[in-house]
Formats: sequence, structure tokens, C-alpha cells
Amino acid sequence: MTAGLTRIGAVRPAANAAPPALEVKGLSHAYGPRPALQDIALRIMPGDFTVLLGPNGAGKSTLFALVTRLFDAQGGSIRIFGEELAARPGLALARLGVVFQQSTLDPDLSVRENLLYGAALHGMARAEARHRAAQELKRIGMAERAGDAVRSLSGGQRRRVEIARALLTRPALLLLDEPTVGLDAGSRSFLLGHVRRLCREEGLAVLWATHLIDEVTEEARVVVLHAGRVCASGSLPEILVAAGGAPDLREAFARLTEERREGSTA
Amino acid sequence: MSATAECQQLTAMRPAPGTLPAMAWLRCLGGIVRREALRFLHQRGRFLSALVRPLIWLVIFASGFRFILGVSIAPPYETYVLYEEYVVPGLAAMVLLFQGMQSSLSMVYDREMGSMRVLLTSPLPRWWLLTCKLLAGVLVGVLQAYVFLGIAWFWEVRPPPIGYLTVLPALMLAGLMLGALGLLLSARIRQLENFAVIMNFVIFPMFFASSALYPLWRVKEGSLWLWYLCQANPFTHAVELVRFALYGKFEPVAAAVVLFALLLFGGLAVLGYDPARGVMARRGAGAPG
Repeated sequence: MTAGLTRIGAVRPAANAAPPALEVKGLSHAYGPRPALQDIALRIMPGDFTVLLGPNGAGKSTLFALVTRLFDAQGGSIRIFGEELAARPGLALARLGVVFQQSTLDPDLSVRENLLYGAALHGMARAEARHRAAQELKRIGMAERAGDAVRSLSGGQRRRVEIARALLTRPALLLLDEPTVGLDAGSRSFLLGHVRRLCREEGLAVLWATHLIDEVTEEARVVVLHAGRVCASGSLPEILVAAGGAPDLREAFARLTEERREGSTA
Repeated sequence: MSATAECQQLTAMRPAPGTLPAMAWLRCLGGIVRREALRFLHQRGRFLSALVRPLIWLVIFASGFRFILGVSIAPPYETYVLYEEYVVPGLAAMVLLFQGMQSSLSMVYDREMGSMRVLLTSPLPRWWLLTCKLLAGVLVGVLQAYVFLGIAWFWEVRPPPIGYLTVLPALMLAGLMLGALGLLLSARIRQLENFAVIMNFVIFPMFFASSALYPLWRVKEGSLWLWYLCQANPFTHAVELVRFALYGKFEPVAAAVVLFALLLFGGLAVLGYDPARGVMARRGAGAPG
């Protein structure tokens, strides 16, 4: 990991005194004897759209589980807007919105009830939550379906609802774990466009985990994760340079993950 | 103004949360209770089976045994009682026992399906979230117990009217203890399929090795070791607490044992869901990526 980071300077200096939206240092975790993440470092500033790119099993979901404190990391630190997650989880999690890879909606409840439940878990007043739920559902084009049971929605519509729920509490950092898995091209494009717009217009910091290279946009920052380690990190041109002057990201990704595989087997 | 500076200004405009006020904790409780109630209403089969189970015991089993099993005068009863009258408090406690295990099943289901993550990523402390889940399950259980007591009234099992009021705290305490046991078990159960093990090794032994169906003095006459087992079973004390309360009386030993078991099971359940050592830390969050 450190080789890749040293080459491209993965941890950027802050633009000013504002704390990073997310700062991860030396993060490690293992399930029994099997290491899942080793010495991960990354930093996301407000307004950044960062793509966490890695194949299945790279450790993306484990990283999400640790950043959302589903469980504590065995080593390293996570700070959200300067708040140490392990020490002050309430303050850190209050600024976080998250969309997990697996759907977390209750299929028996209506779209609106799912949103209100999410808001209640953040301590939001019901009247305010209803108002915001209506706003968010309108923004994602789901206002008409507010009273429908989640069970009756398509996969793409469910994803939209999950994003609306994550945004209901006005988070400053949004985490999305493989949000487009199983969606058609139209739904993928809608979700990506919606989140990119939030970054640009509202200063939302986003960490978008995916294994799909086409989801990396020109202006995105990229973190390549493979076998629990960060192989490379930076802007698109920086990743290409880090991969020995690869012509495109697909080739760079293949080289970086192959290099890692060879390195680990040598 | 540069784009980065503009973004940072916009971010700074968001409400920066301090410590969450007390109202936030109550709203969280309200949200969880509401969700449990809605899920319960949507699952009508669950409501019916929760009622049918004790009614089968009351209408068929107890009616069949009323002339075989005599119950002599023993507190809280002041006269001889029919067997149906004897079993009603035990069956009300059985409703709470099954509700506690149903909550446990629902926690395991939520964990497997992923919806528990929404709960666990709340900024409120995890012990409070578990307490809210526990309270929500207990409220649903107590409601079912009252519906059962209402039906039993039509079956001519009629404790003193004040008993319907004095039994409320007993039902709450017993429900909390059994719900806490359910939470503890949910932290230990690896998969939904393992729930049959809980049926066979927890629910049935707890129910049958208790005073729910027969008075303990009768058990003692038959088998001393079984009597010791029944005495060590917290469900026995939950049943006795409910039985005494239903007749407007207080049983301090039963209350103390149930309270102790509640604190023990509740404390262990909180440890079971602790981010540093709990069930998810040991097994991962379920996704491989």
C-alpha cells in the first residue's frame, strides 16, 4: 500500500483549516486469522466525489462497516469531520449518510414509513421528517410512490429510496457501497448523476464504492483497493501514472491489481 | 470564490450536531415502537398465532384436565380454584415468552437481511437502541397478553377487576426480562435456521419446567430435582409475579429474581452487540466486498 501512496501522495494536504469529511489512518481489520484490511489510509474533503474502486472481496464492505461503526476496527483511526469515531461515535455518525450494498429497507412498510423510521433513529421530529421526506422523494422522482409498500418497488426505485433516506438527515458525508449493483443503465446513470450534482451544488462529500470502472468520472478522485490494501490513490491522471503510464483506467486497474497479486505471491 | 471554498462554505452551513437532546432519544424510541407496531399489524398471522397458542392450552388442555388436576388453596388464591383459573397467569406469561423469542427471531432476520444496519448506524448509543427495541417488543407483547386475558374473561376466568391494573407492571417486568433473553439469544444465533434449536432448548424447557401449568408443590412431590430446576428457572418467577399481581398481590422474591435476570440478560445482550466484541465484529457485516 505504502508504495502506491508514496508514488502519488494519496493523503492530500487540507486546502485550509476545515477538517476532512473523512480521514482514515492505518486502518486494519481481520476476521479471525484472515486479514480483511491492512494499513488503509485515505482522506476525503467536503465536496469531493471519491470512488473506491476494487474487485469483489477487496475489502470495500468491511471498510464501510468500520466507517459506519457496525463494529470497531482492530487498528488505526477513523475521523469524520475531525471527530474520532471510536471516541465520539454519536457526533461522527450524526454527520453521516449511508447506502449499504445490501438493501436495508423494510419491505413491509411504505416508502414514507421507511424514511420516517430512518429520521427517527437520528432523533428528528416527525413533522420535520415528513416535510423533508416529501422534499427528498420529490427530488428523486418518487413522490408519487410515497404511500406504496417498498415490496412493490423495482430494484432501481428501492435504491433511490435508500438514497433519499440517507439524505433525509442532511448529512455532510455520504457513503454508498456498490449502489448500482443489479440496476439497469438508466437507473445507474440517474443515481450517479444525482449524487454528482449533490457534490457539486451542496458540497456533499461522497465515497462511492464500486467494482465497475465506467462509474469513475473524469473529475472523481479514485482509491484503488485490492486484497485489503490501497494500491493507488489520486485523480484519474495520477492513477494512470501510478500504473506505469497506463492508457486508460481499465488497463491501470488491471496492472495495479495484477502487480499486487504478483507482489503477494512472490 | 473557488469551487472548493464554496463547497466548504456550503458544508459549514449544515447544522453541526452537538450532543443529541433528550427529545431525540424519545423520538428514536417513538420511531422504533411505531415500526414494531406497524410490522405487527402487517403480519396478521403472527397476531392470530400469538392468541391461538394460549387459547388452545386454555380451552382444550385446561378444560380436559380440570377434573384430573385439583389445585388446593395456596397464595395468591384464597379458595379452591379450577384448573383453568390456575393456568391463565402462566399462559399470559407464555404470550410474553413467545413474544420475546419472536423479537429475537426478528433481530436475527434483520441482521441477515441487512436492515439492522440502519438501526446500528444511528448516532444514539447502542445500549439505548437495544433498549428501544426491547421496549417496543414488550409493548406489543403486553398488548397481546391483555387481549388473551380479555378472552379468558369470557371463558369465565375472572380475577378481581383491580387485578387487570396491578398486573400491568408485572407483565412489563416479565416481558422485559424475557425480551432481554431474546436479545441475548439473537446476539448468539449465527443463522435464522438455528432458531429451531432455541425452540427445543430454550422455549420448551423454560415453559414446561416452570409453575405455568402445575403448582410447584405438586412438582416437589413428584421429583425434587425437577423442583430445584423449576426454582432456578426465571420463567417460573415471571409466572408467579404475574399470578400474584393478577390478584392484586405482590411477590417480592419473584420480583427480585425477575429484576436480577433482566439486568443480567440485558447486560449480556448489550455486550453481545458491542461494536468492539459483538456478533458483527466476530462474523463481519455479512457482505464479502
